[in-house]
Amino acid sequence: MNDWWWRAITLSDYNTRVVLCGTILLGIAAGLTGVYLLLRKRALLGDAISHATLPGVATIFLWSIMAGYPKSLSLLLLGAAVSGSLGGLSVLALRHWVRVREDAALGIVLSVFFGAGVALIGIVLRLPGGNAAGLESFIYGKTASMTLADVWLSGGLALGVWLVIALFSKEFTLLCFDAQLAASQGWPVVSLDLLLVALVVTVTIVGLQAVGLILVIALLIVPAAAARFWSHKLRWILSASAIIGGASAAIGTLASASFEKLPSGASIVLVACGFFMISFVFGRERGCWWMLLHTARLKRQQQQHHLLRTLYELLEATGQIDDTPPNRPSGLVSAMAVANQRVWNQREVQRVARQLQQLGLVAVRPNSYLQLTPRGWVIARRVVREHRLLELYFLNNLAGSEGDADRGADYLEHSLAPELLWELDGRFRDSDSDPVPASPHPLHPRGTVPGTSIDSEKS
Amino acid sequence: MTSASGSPTRPDTDSSPSAASIPLAVRDVTVAYHRKPVLWNVTLDVPAGSLVGLVGPNGAGKSTLLKTVVDMVPRISGQVLIFGKPYAASRQRLAYVPQRESVDWDFPATALDVVLMGTYGRLGWFRRVGSTEREQALEALAKMEIDHLATRQISQLSGGQQQRTFLARALVQQADLYLMDEPFAAVDAATEKAIVQLMRQLQAAGKTIIVVHHDLHTVPEYFDYLVLLNLRLVAAGPMAQVFSDKNLQKTYGGKLTLLEEAGEAMRRRDPRATP
Repeated sequence: MNDWWWRAITLSDYNTRVVLCGTILLGIAAGLTGVYLLLRKRALLGDAISHATLPGVATIFLWSIMAGYPKSLSLLLLGAAVSGSLGGLSVLALRHWVRVREDAALGIVLSVFFGAGVALIGIVLRLPGGNAAGLESFIYGKTASMTLADVWLSGGLALGVWLVIALFSKEFTLLCFDAQLAASQGWPVVSLDLLLVALVVTVTIVGLQAVGLILVIALLIVPAAAARFWSHKLRWILSASAIIGGASAAIGTLASASFEKLPSGASIVLVACGFFMISFVFGRERGCWWMLLHTARLKRQQQQHHLLRTLYELLEATGQIDDTPPNRPSGLVSAMAVANQRVWNQREVQRVARQLQQLGLVAVRPNSYLQLTPRGWVIARRVVREHRLLELYFLNNLAGSEGDADRGADYLEHSLAPELLWELDGRFRDSDSDPVPASPHPLHPRGTVPGTSIDSEKS
Repeated sequence: MTSASGSPTRPDTDSSPSAASIPLAVRDVTVAYHRKPVLWNVTLDVPAGSLVGLVGPNGAGKSTLLKTVVDMVPRISGQVLIFGKPYAASRQRLAYVPQRESVDWDFPATALDVVLMGTYGRLGWFRRVGSTEREQALEALAKMEIDHLATRQISQLSGGQQQRTFLARALVQQADLYLMDEPFAAVDAATEKAIVQLMRQLQAAGKTIIVVHHDLHTVPEYFDYLVLLNLRLVAAGPMAQVFSDKNLQKTYGGKLTLLEEAGEAMRRRDPRATP
């Protein structure tokens, strides 16, 4: 057993190698098709189609038992293709002509076709000498039952899907983004939709053996959904989806080959699900890890800006700062004075101050006194200017108190587009010589009156 | 004389020179969605080079009229001719701008990608976009003043920028007749200005533009030809003749607030105008 497992993993077994090739091709084809299926917002159409293949498979099965022919895979797949296509077309037709909503149409087709398939299997089981042994592998997927010829067939179909997508990528993209424009340009929207359905049917019947008809939908949807987390570019999404699909199929097939009772469909889908979770967390464009990181960075920057602004305004209120760029650090401000101006405690002030010190914008002196460095002055001045422009905008345009304006500006100043700031600047700048407007509510540091030193509070 | 009701021998294509110069001719068009009529016997000739406002209350069939022109909605009866030919034969001369909300802006595409889609009709099957198309698309983006956003993911564009992208896409289609479905819906003031400017430029270049519009205040300012629609055609003609209290009342029925708005717009438009 161990030896066999080793042979499977190292691909020294010819049969495993062949089956692996087949499922990887399938995974890639499903990954590519799935991207367009998802973009066309038809994800569940694939589910209806795959379930609708069952009556076709069962009919051929029944027929070959009754006629006494050996079961031929290509005939079974043909039956699956016919009934799967019928299922897909029924959904489109129900929606188009009978005015059934799409979700209802999907539910009807999926259950009716699957029910018919189950009934047919029941008949197979009742026949003398009938057993559903081969049928089970179509429902749950069993790569071990694949022969070399099966793999060739599957591989050929998968390559066909590949080719069609490469040829029609422009047309499919247009169809998925804006079917109205496509129609107005004269593209045959219905035929393109049918072509997409045909691709889904093909992937489904290729996947019948490897993944089984219940789970083949996962191979269509999961890699494509996972790929969306990695990029905003369609070309990269297609590549990522193909890679995730292929890798899931490969790893899942090997896992299934290693554990005797594990159906390959289940293991492939579980691996794909693993890829989805990794993408969901770490995906470069939309992964939640990067989102959290981004939010944390924004929050840090916000606090830093608030500290810089408070320092500037305190220095301004005591006349220790003016419009000329300083060439040495500013006067001292106590962390306590800063904390009093904001709803911060001193520890928080010191933490943010240390971050700013590392950036060279603030100098932390003994006894928790802070200084604005010349570089810090430049940044602080910009932050103050943006804050006041916004405050003025709020005060002039929305009747509110100065406090409301201050709070509103606090929330918005970090997310303003530069163009908007330019416009605000043009509207509120009093003269060219004074780029930082006066605060509508000058600071009166607690325990002091304007004009006295801020440090007096400490002594 | 026979009555005007549709003669079965009417030719499908009117190739007389006068018909070919009319950008859009709608003849007795009736459209119904599942038994519910949405357009009744609409007949309309849009003169070349006009800037047309298509105005009417919600559900009046404005969007449907545009869609039936581009054969997206089947007609029960009637005929539409574009420069004297059915739509299938004159597709290249028309650019249709659907409502902005009709597409999913979360689609993985950049602004440039979307504009390039305007060239797909010209390219035809299997041909890829080349450097010519790319240049045209960038030029169209520049005309809409958003060429700096060419590589930006469309979900990260503002509503106004998305609308500009749509208009740039129509521009690369290099059409003679433009149909725009509510291009002013939920856009910022700057974009509204840019769209008006674009429409004027197109008109100056001899194009015909038909725009579904909602704001009665700006109708007389933006357009020079007015089509009032409420299931039926209420009135169509040059702005000065058609934009009247009486016509607006016929279009909007008893909706007083709208009427008041319109009256105000009338007064603002031209204080000397005789009612």
